[in-house]
Amino acid sequence: MTEARHLQVIDAALIGGTEDQPKLIGSECERCGTVTFPRQRSCPRCTSEEVHAHELATRGTLWTWTIQCFAPKAPPYLAGGVQEFEPYGVGYIELPGEVRVEARLTESDPDRLRIGMPMELTLIPVPGASDTLTFAFEPVEADE
Amino acid sequence: MSGGDDVAVVGLGIHQFGRHDGVSGLEMGAIAARRALASAGIEWQDIDFAAGGSDAAGNADTSVSILGLTGVPFINVKNGCATGGSALTTAHAMLVSGAAEVALVVGFDKHPRGAFNPLPGEWGIGSWYGETGLMLTTQFFAMKIQRYMADHGISESTLAKVAAKAFVNGSRNENAWRRTPLSEAEILASRMVNHPLTQYMFCSPGEGAVALVLARGPRIKALTRTPVYLRSVAFRTRRFGSFEVFSPSIPIESAPSATTEAAAAAFEEAGIGPGDVDVAQIQDTESGAEVMHLAETGLCQHGEQESLIQSGGTELGGRLPINTDGGCLACGEPIGASGLRQVHEIVLQLRGEAGDRQVPKECRVGFTQVYGAPGVSACTVLTV
Repeated sequence: MTEARHLQVIDAALIGGTEDQPKLIGSECERCGTVTFPRQRSCPRCTSEEVHAHELATRGTLWTWTIQCFAPKAPPYLAGGVQEFEPYGVGYIELPGEVRVEARLTESDPDRLRIGMPMELTLIPVPGASDTLTFAFEPVEADE
Repeated sequence: MSGGDDVAVVGLGIHQFGRHDGVSGLEMGAIAARRALASAGIEWQDIDFAAGGSDAAGNADTSVSILGLTGVPFINVKNGCATGGSALTTAHAMLVSGAAEVALVVGFDKHPRGAFNPLPGEWGIGSWYGETGLMLTTQFFAMKIQRYMADHGISESTLAKVAAKAFVNGSRNENAWRRTPLSEAEILASRMVNHPLTQYMFCSPGEGAVALVLARGPRIKALTRTPVYLRSVAFRTRRFGSFEVFSPSIPIESAPSATTEAAAAAFEEAGIGPGDVDVAQIQDTESGAEVMHLAETGLCQHGEQESLIQSGGTELGGRLPINTDGGCLACGEPIGASGLRQVHEIVLQLRGEAGDRQVPKECRVGFTQVYGAPGVSACTVLTV
């Protein structure tokens, strides 16, 4: 039902696809093949301006992680108010052959996170702006 | 050892680090500047070049309204936590070029309580990054050491030992902020901030100021009997592939950090190797940063930190004393002042004037390293 509807996302330049099958939009250099996220107008590796939009892989592995245990200051964080703060996971997910993307994780229990575990792209409500979605990665079974 | 083109530190001034209600950052900078001038036995009108900066406490050059309106060229610098390194780089270049003979560098800051809250737009990143809770330096340091511990076999006990050593050294430093020693167990049991780093493994944004007087060539011996020579200062931004703070993505292809590049350049320019260093001050924004920067600077091998730190090698009496004044962990981090605090401490150690925290062995070569957002580093090599 919701597959084709227009997504209300935090920044349309970052996230494409549908609610069920979101994609992160990066860029790829036509000269050296370097992939970046978010999309940028030039290549940080070879300095070429010949870059085009590139949809990133949606599965990867957890390269490193932490748990954010205190409420970030607002601004810039949208969800102010320490009382209702819930710790959240943050990590870099290595997308094979592309790039390592920093993202919020759906898992916030340190005992259930380990370097190398498989992860998949998903969307979560933006804390403090629940009608808007942002990207995150969630653990998946390796053989799924 | 002294030549016509040598540059030396000939005056030192510091305003105590910590919290100083009612005193502006600019005033602390001016107090440190006056102390540095006095220790060199000169006056403000004797300075023919100045450079300085703060991150959050105003324009350094406006301190001329306090120090005196002499018309001196005064360049403001701002490079995050490497601001002190930028001031030093600028003054060193002016002295070496012959454009100045006696220069003053000053760094100061005054930050509110709690973690820094930088705005993404000022760092070339979309607002979404801060709005969704990713714009935190603490996260970066936690994720960098998390990966590093897995790759190089560093234990949580070693992270705690770094902090415990900092607070012991800070307890011997009258200008430090945190002066109460804490045990390894207390540090490990303190509130978790960002796994694997606990509250007492992090430095806190604070207040303070440092100023140095530098001189070139024949003016050195006229101003001090105990010169400490600035053999090199090198400043670098990041390369493609290094893992740096405020990165929404990082390449899979890896490259040495800005710290590694700046340290290598500083050692090469000085003609001195990391193995010759007797005492060093390196950026310890948190315990893990000290561990990683030890190897990135070349002071030890990657993975060697575990045995080096566990055996007490980085303590005052160890073979490679690190952050002898307590570092950022015990002094806090007034961003603009931190880099110059490191040099201030090395000068004291090389002169043998560090009092209760004087390194017992003979020290002839010192080294400093600062690191800041968005991946900048400045390093110096100093000798007697």
